[in-house]
Amino acid sequence: MRILVVEDDLEAQRYLVNGLKEAGHVVDDAADGETGLTLALSRPYDVAVIDRMLPKLDGLKVVADMREHGNTTPVLFLSALSEVDDRVKGLKAGGDDYLTKPYAFVELLARIDALMRRRSPQAVKTKLQVGDLELDLLTRTAQRAGAAIDLQPREFRLLEYLMRHASQVVTRTMLLESVWEYHFDPQTNVIDVHISRLRAKIDKGFDTALLHTVRGAGYMIRAARPAA
Amino acid sequence: MRAPSILRTQAYRIVLVYVAVFAVSVTALIAFTYWNTKRALDAQTDQIIEAEITGLSEQYQQLGLRGLADVVISRSAHGGPGLYLLANRYKQPIVGNLDAWPPNGERPSSFVDFDYQRRVENQLETREARGRVFALPGGFFLLVAQDVHERYLTERLFTTTLPWTVGLVLLLGLIGGALMSRNMLVRLEQINRTTTEIIDGDLSRRVAVSDAHDEFDALAENLNAMLDRIERLMKGVREVTDSVAHDLRTPLNRLRNRLESTLRHMTPANDQANPANDQAPEIEAAVAETDQLITTFNALLLIAEADAGVTRGEMAPIDLAPIAEDMAELYAPLAEEKGVTLKIAPAGATMIDGNRSLISQALANLVDNAIKYTPAGGTVTVTASETPMGVELRVADTGPGIPNGERARVVERFVRLEASRNSPGTGLGLSLVAAVARLHDAKLLLDDNQPGLRAVIRFPRPAPRVR
Repeated sequence: MRILVVEDDLEAQRYLVNGLKEAGHVVDDAADGETGLTLALSRPYDVAVIDRMLPKLDGLKVVADMREHGNTTPVLFLSALSEVDDRVKGLKAGGDDYLTKPYAFVELLARIDALMRRRSPQAVKTKLQVGDLELDLLTRTAQRAGAAIDLQPREFRLLEYLMRHASQVVTRTMLLESVWEYHFDPQTNVIDVHISRLRAKIDKGFDTALLHTVRGAGYMIRAARPAA
Repeated sequence: MRAPSILRTQAYRIVLVYVAVFAVSVTALIAFTYWNTKRALDAQTDQIIEAEITGLSEQYQQLGLRGLADVVISRSAHGGPGLYLLANRYKQPIVGNLDAWPPNGERPSSFVDFDYQRRVENQLETREARGRVFALPGGFFLLVAQDVHERYLTERLFTTTLPWTVGLVLLLGLIGGALMSRNMLVRLEQINRTTTEIIDGDLSRRVAVSDAHDEFDALAENLNAMLDRIERLMKGVREVTDSVAHDLRTPLNRLRNRLESTLRHMTPANDQANPANDQAPEIEAAVAETDQLITTFNALLLIAEADAGVTRGEMAPIDLAPIAEDMAELYAPLAEEKGVTLKIAPAGATMIDGNRSLISQALANLVDNAIKYTPAGGTVTVTASETPMGVELRVADTGPGIPNGERARVVERFVRLEASRNSPGTGLGLSLVAAVARLHDAKLLLDDNQPGLRAVIRFPRPAPRVR
């Protein structure tokens, strides 16, 4: 996947670019807003990671200009500013996601993956499937290996989000933002408790686990691989 | 702020004192004028009487008693203010235009004031007169007097109008005072209204300055200069927090990047036998410490902003009830795992102007605390409701609570920080809740739930919106 990184802190940029390359992405970089905008408008990218405060052209302005030119590349803002209303400003300006510095690289990676997934054209699905786990979006029912699983509405949404991002790392803040639609830092392991309840419902009594904990990052649902 | 009544203003009190002093002055002035005029008129009357007596005594010396009597008769016939009476040693009238000797006119040479009767247009009228008795050689007495009835009436007029005059002065003074105070009150009210708006958070407002260049304009100009300075300082605080945030987050970001990058290169690509991988848990712990640092830093920054009154969060009309429900739902499994019952009891209208993220964070902190400190078997109740005091978010638990004396201290900044430094979490939980409350002009109240703690965030009712 092609990713554009616009970041003026060169050291942060180096780590970001290296990390993304290691994760298998093709990365272009720019250190100021003007260069970033030129790149964004001249080449196709799957995702752009743009710092909020940039020399020459502010990050918000870069995205606003991109959108004005009809460019729909998903944008993830990085910001070292106070979070309270900056996030709202960023999203209003046309950003698709927002991450406050310092961020965990796995969080950034997970969000980039989610943005790419959002972009790739998906057929309107009425059923999600991971291994022998099936989720029917019309009847709002779940079953594994033919056995019905009784889910609370919130558990259904949680499982739906995980399955839509199957084989991708999903972080706790992403879950809080997408499933509960709140954006704050839960001081304790509230999300973990919800996940372990869901896990008890879908994995208990089966030989292969589908819902995995990714250490230091979050969770992932994926079909059991023969070699793993 | 309620406008004070005109009667209670300082200006009106000053006018009141001034009117009182003025009324006393006017009374004194009129009294002095009255007394002085009376004295002058008395002196004039006395002079006329003296002159007549001198003239008549000369007549008597030259022409004798008969001649004097003739003169008295002729003068009496004039009908003017002059009054004459020639009497024998028994004060029995001989000639003159007075019917009887005045009863108090015994002593010769002295002036007497007396009443006499005179026929005016066929009516007997009692009139006032002033005169002097003159003893003639041979045992006769001569009374020469002047009619002072007109003067007496004038004096009466003076004394009867005086209270009215003073009353009128007082009345006009009070009305004038009220008008003056009202004028001053209007200008003061303008200043008060502007300052209230500024207290409510609109720092860009300024007090209107008129063209009069009076003391109110001087006050307004000084207030405006002060406000300019405060606005500059506030802007400074905002810039400082912004740059502190930026300058601290950037190196923290690099630190985290380096640690993560190092970690990535050790695990899991490299095999477990690599001795360098023994360091991995240490580095993971360092990453966790960095995250803890940034969480504390974010909380401190928010608290500092709230204390400086820098409201930057976007405020929008939001409903507290769904937030309370969502937080209760979010924390329900955690509570259940601990054996604590988590109940939700929303009631009534719960719309406020606020920031959803901040309020949910604050409520999550309260619920989290409540679950943490409530023993198994206990209950935590989350309530969103409208009360006569405002719109409230309440989290009540049945835990050990906070002793009465400690409650006020716990909300204070840094006290909590100090006390909780060794317990898990940032230790800024309640301070952060209090900061969020301050940003919303709300109050964080901690009460006894009997048993347990009842934490209440009481928001002011939203201002009615103009459609």
